[in-house]
Amino acid sequence: MSDTRILRVAGLHAFIGQFYVLHGVDVEVQNHEIMVLLGRNGAGKTTTLRCVMGLVRAHEGIVELAGENIKGLPPHEIANKKLTLVPEDQGIFSVLTVAENLQVAMRPSRAKKEDRRRLDFAMSLFPDLKQAWNRKAGTLSGGQKQMLALARALINENKLMMLDEPSKGLAPVVVKGLVPVMKELRTYASVLLVEQNLSFASKVGDAFSIISDGKTVQSGKMNDLIEAPETQRLYLGVHMGGGESAQIWTSSSS
Amino acid sequence: MDVVIILTINGLATGLLLFMMAAGLSVIFGLMGIMNFAHGAFFMLGSYASTWTYLKTGNFALAMLAGTAVGTFIGFLTERSILRPVYGKPLAQILITLGAFIVLNEMVKAVWGPNVIPSPVPPLLEGEFRVGGVLVSRYRIFIIFFGVSTAATVQWLLNRTRLGMIVRAGVENAEMIQILGVNIRRVFAAVFLLGTALASLGGTMIGPTLGQIGPFVSTQYLLLGFIVVVIGGLGSLIGSLVAGVLVGLMNNYVVWLYPPAAMPLNIILMSLILLVKPTGLFGKEGAH
Repeated sequence: MSDTRILRVAGLHAFIGQFYVLHGVDVEVQNHEIMVLLGRNGAGKTTTLRCVMGLVRAHEGIVELAGENIKGLPPHEIANKKLTLVPEDQGIFSVLTVAENLQVAMRPSRAKKEDRRRLDFAMSLFPDLKQAWNRKAGTLSGGQKQMLALARALINENKLMMLDEPSKGLAPVVVKGLVPVMKELRTYASVLLVEQNLSFASKVGDAFSIISDGKTVQSGKMNDLIEAPETQRLYLGVHMGGGESAQIWTSSSS
Repeated sequence: MDVVIILTINGLATGLLLFMMAAGLSVIFGLMGIMNFAHGAFFMLGSYASTWTYLKTGNFALAMLAGTAVGTFIGFLTERSILRPVYGKPLAQILITLGAFIVLNEMVKAVWGPNVIPSPVPPLLEGEFRVGGVLVSRYRIFIIFFGVSTAATVQWLLNRTRLGMIVRAGVENAEMIQILGVNIRRVFAAVFLLGTALASLGGTMIGPTLGQIGPFVSTQYLLLGFIVVVIGGLGSLIGSLVAGVLVGLMNNYVVWLYPPAAMPLNIILMSLILLVKPTGLFGKEGAH
């Protein structure tokens, strides 16, 4: 049996300070799949991503990237195993220019030609950034910052990209523009996406996993969730309506 | 008028030495949130080792080199032995660096004695230039020249090299720089070493401006260093430069008018600036 799992998280437990935040999270991301991590505010979605990245210590459980244990490694070593995280606040360096933000993200010691190719690719996805090349990143708009954050994750070859609410704080029209970008991303890497915007999530996701109170309670194919309004109501407190006419649900308290 | 020019020149020289003292302090804090009390000791080690070498050999360039080397080496040992185990523990860092400061101070006293040591100006830099009827000290001009070149070099390092880019990014968001695959501990160790080298290099030049050095050097300049860092803004190199010159100038003017007022006025200046801008002159909101 060939293992197509890029990420395997099983029985993950973690504390933040004295708070027992995760108690039993299981998530698996297949090769070239967009897995959406859903759940209410405070359920532990962000902590799960931070735990995989090594920013929060995993107390117990399995964290494997392409079959290799990464639990307990420092964040920079995990990053160099070709995994990246775009945090909720995007983590843009506002004192650096757009170009410098990308340069600082580029892992050195790779072939120049390959660097050039990845940079061109990122720029072709986000032509806006090219125009703002020498501007301080702090002066970018919210949407542009999100693009820069995604471009920064794309500039290196990654096995898995973890995105924490990329739609947050963006105008609906910008979110709509993210849908094709996400689909494009999938051809380059697997994606673990945390999302509150269920409409957006259902448009881009292949599979879902729901966390409730620090525990994985359900997972499956995205289509199954779309057809299960009961599950949506029970764990997400939302109702998406039927099929194509899905209304955009926005988080009011994040 | 002559007095004003002389005081200004002296103030600039003092200010640039304060910048060298404060630059490392500021960037070390900006990057890792570490208040490094031991920093004053490296400044003092630089001054003692260079004065001693100068008295032995009569070669000031060699003395500066020796002072910088000794301060940097002890700084390297300090980072390796006592700072690494306490990464991420702010209270432990304050206690251990304060402890290191005291130990290094006592060690200097054990080696060179508790009394002041004369620190003459080297003959080559002795005397004055006559600039439009005003006599200005050659040695002060030397410090200004040297300090400005050092500041320019450090600024170049920070703005034009990959290490500098990582440092600027890391001061703003240390976590993100790790997510991007950078080993922040190694970057920090490099910054610590550079900061220590700058402080001890500054220390090598202080002796001849005072005519003597003593154990007082470490405490006095650590306090001034902290004042400069706070005024300039934690983590800002340009801030340290501007604040260093500001404090240096004010000190020289005030000392000429009424010496006892110098230190209280520094603290008043710091308080006033913090009242108007709590992050310091060039400090960024939200950086730690």
